[in-house]
Amino acid sequence: MSQTLDSISLHQLVEISAIASSAIAPKLSEMGLTKGQKIKAIFKAPFGDPIAYEINGNIISMRKEEAMQVEVHMA
Amino acid sequence: MKIALLGNPNTGKSTVFNMLTGLRQQVGNFPGVTVDKKQGSIKTPNHTQQLLDFPGTYSIFARSLDEQVVQDVLTNKQHPDFPDAVIYIADAANLERNLLFFSQLYDLGFPILLVLNMWDRAQRKGLRINVEQLQKQFPAAAIVTANARVAIGKDRILQALDELPSQARTAFHDLDLTALQTDSTQTENTNARLDKLRNLGLVQSVPTTAVNSSTRLDRILTHRIYGYLIFTAVLLIIFQFIFSFASIPMDFIDAQFVRLSAWVSDSLPEGLLSKLISQGLIPGIGGVFVFVPQIAILFFFIALLEESGYLSRVVFIMDRIMRPFGLNGKSVVPLLSSVACAIPGIMSARTISDWKERLITILVAPFMSCSARIPVYTLLISLVIPKTYIGGFINLQGLILFGLYALGILFALGTAFILRLLVRSGKPGFHLMELPEYKAPRLYNVGIAVYEKVKIFIFDAGKIIVAISILLWALATYGPSSRDQKLKALQQQTTYIQATDLEKQEQENSLLLSQSYIGHFGKWMEPAIAPLGYDWKIGIALLSSFAAREVFVGSLATIYAVGDDTDNNKRLVQKLRDEKNESGQVVYSLATGASLLVFYVFAMQCMATLAVVKRETNSWKWPLLQLVFMGFVAYLSAFIVYQLLI
Repeated sequence: MSQTLDSISLHQLVEISAIASSAIAPKLSEMGLTKGQKIKAIFKAPFGDPIAYEINGNIISMRKEEAMQVEVHMA
Repeated sequence: MKIALLGNPNTGKSTVFNMLTGLRQQVGNFPGVTVDKKQGSIKTPNHTQQLLDFPGTYSIFARSLDEQVVQDVLTNKQHPDFPDAVIYIADAANLERNLLFFSQLYDLGFPILLVLNMWDRAQRKGLRINVEQLQKQFPAAAIVTANARVAIGKDRILQALDELPSQARTAFHDLDLTALQTDSTQTENTNARLDKLRNLGLVQSVPTTAVNSSTRLDRILTHRIYGYLIFTAVLLIIFQFIFSFASIPMDFIDAQFVRLSAWVSDSLPEGLLSKLISQGLIPGIGGVFVFVPQIAILFFFIALLEESGYLSRVVFIMDRIMRPFGLNGKSVVPLLSSVACAIPGIMSARTISDWKERLITILVAPFMSCSARIPVYTLLISLVIPKTYIGGFINLQGLILFGLYALGILFALGTAFILRLLVRSGKPGFHLMELPEYKAPRLYNVGIAVYEKVKIFIFDAGKIIVAISILLWALATYGPSSRDQKLKALQQQTTYIQATDLEKQEQENSLLLSQSYIGHFGKWMEPAIAPLGYDWKIGIALLSSFAAREVFVGSLATIYAVGDDTDNNKRLVQKLRDEKNESGQVVYSLATGASLLVFYVFAMQCMATLAVVKRETNSWKWPLLQLVFMGFVAYLSAFIVYQLLI
């Protein structure tokens, strides 16, 4: 079942399956979010937004609306 | 030769810049925009060259103001800053993603030196980097390793610059980058490059579970309770320094300039020149330098927070709260620092990379009640607000003071909310951001950051401040020739003749100010300010306090001939209480006092702030807009308050 990155639970390792086409898509790629990469949410800001993710040993923070652009599935 | 320093954010790029240039750097703006342009000369074994530091970016494709500058300069051979060669700083511990931008620059054809920085960290993380393979893939690039935090690699970099290969090259990923205009073609190209880089087998690592010290610390620092508590504590410490401890060097600077003025007026022959220098120029320059302690202290702390990696956590926990107002998590520091003084606050807005969010932050910052308003607030509150207690323990005067601060904050956020809808922005703001690993700040970098900010303030904003303060001084000191007759008439009066020397001086000063050009202007505009409950004397104080808000108190003291002794307001307060207008009513009634208080909450009564806004937005448009808008809000609300209370 496919989900978007904003809805995965903490510490659950997932794999990126697609990134929706939008103005922010090239930026997501540049930060290393490309198809097939493994990613997990590691902590959230107080109101549940933004969320910090770990990918390739980096911590990247994203707003929910940005994370919604990233489609993932269970790794 | 011009050399560009490029790389991703958080790769130690500015540390490399500081290591290579030391204090031989100048900070300016890129043409037409307010993005820091740091330049410095470096000496390679054979040449002296110009090194130009660019904002840290992840690729050549721009989405923010910072990135646009990088794209514009690098893709336009006619651009005055177009570099002849590139030093590219890569975080060796994070190589593949860092190589994306490098590969783009390589394909754009620049002679390029790749610096694998933070080499020690990569090794500690158990990463083996196959430099040979890297060199094979990018044969036209020079590659060196470095560890700039401990100043390792300087000689290697300088040496390599002299031997930069400039042979023709085959592209790493053969596509004309400048032709990629749409989101999808850019994404596609980026993905293809990253895939290629990942498949080169450049990095072998012993897989480690990456729950490192950073994430453990993050659980506390971004916690919904402790996170805010810690941030509040950090702010309180910074405030304590700016509010209280800064006054020590500020008083010292003030005293030195007063001494210098006195010395000049004693040693130069009496006359126009001596007056101009001792009363106009020197106090004007003093009025610039007096801000230096606050600026230095704020930027010392901001640099510490930024270097350590904590500032990005602040942005992380504040983002959701500030977003509805069109502000950024990074707006928190500029806005809250403005409670001490809007000048360092506005200068610190430069950390916000999105132009719209930065502009809104700058525009609303002066609504925050700064420390220069305190003397005005205290004088007026003690004048018109009774010293009673509500419910036996809440001091009404204190409550009003609190209310004035709250009013400023409310208007700052409200205005931001409206501006969010009005200010056009080309690109949507986003919050895609790396949270860098925590690092011990390097004092050398912190010191350079403070030095640069102070230099920018003194030389850029300082010129405007000195010019306006000389103008204000001249208008308050000189007057039409009718003034001399009025002075002679005063000297004939019995109240004058019977007065002590000090009182004579005070009476003369009062007459000279009210008959000066500013005095005439104050009288001329009396009809305009009468609906707010002000007479021409208040008008004069309003005009002269444009130099700085606290001047209001001193001007009133001069007009009412009680001597300019701001430490002891008692005589002034008494005098103001006794002041009656022509029909015998008290001038400083509750209505007038409250109207003035509200006026000072909102009015842009500070030329130094205007000068800094001009510097930071690179145009007179925004400071003038601010002056008019804040003046309008001040006038309107003072009018409403007066009419309601009278």
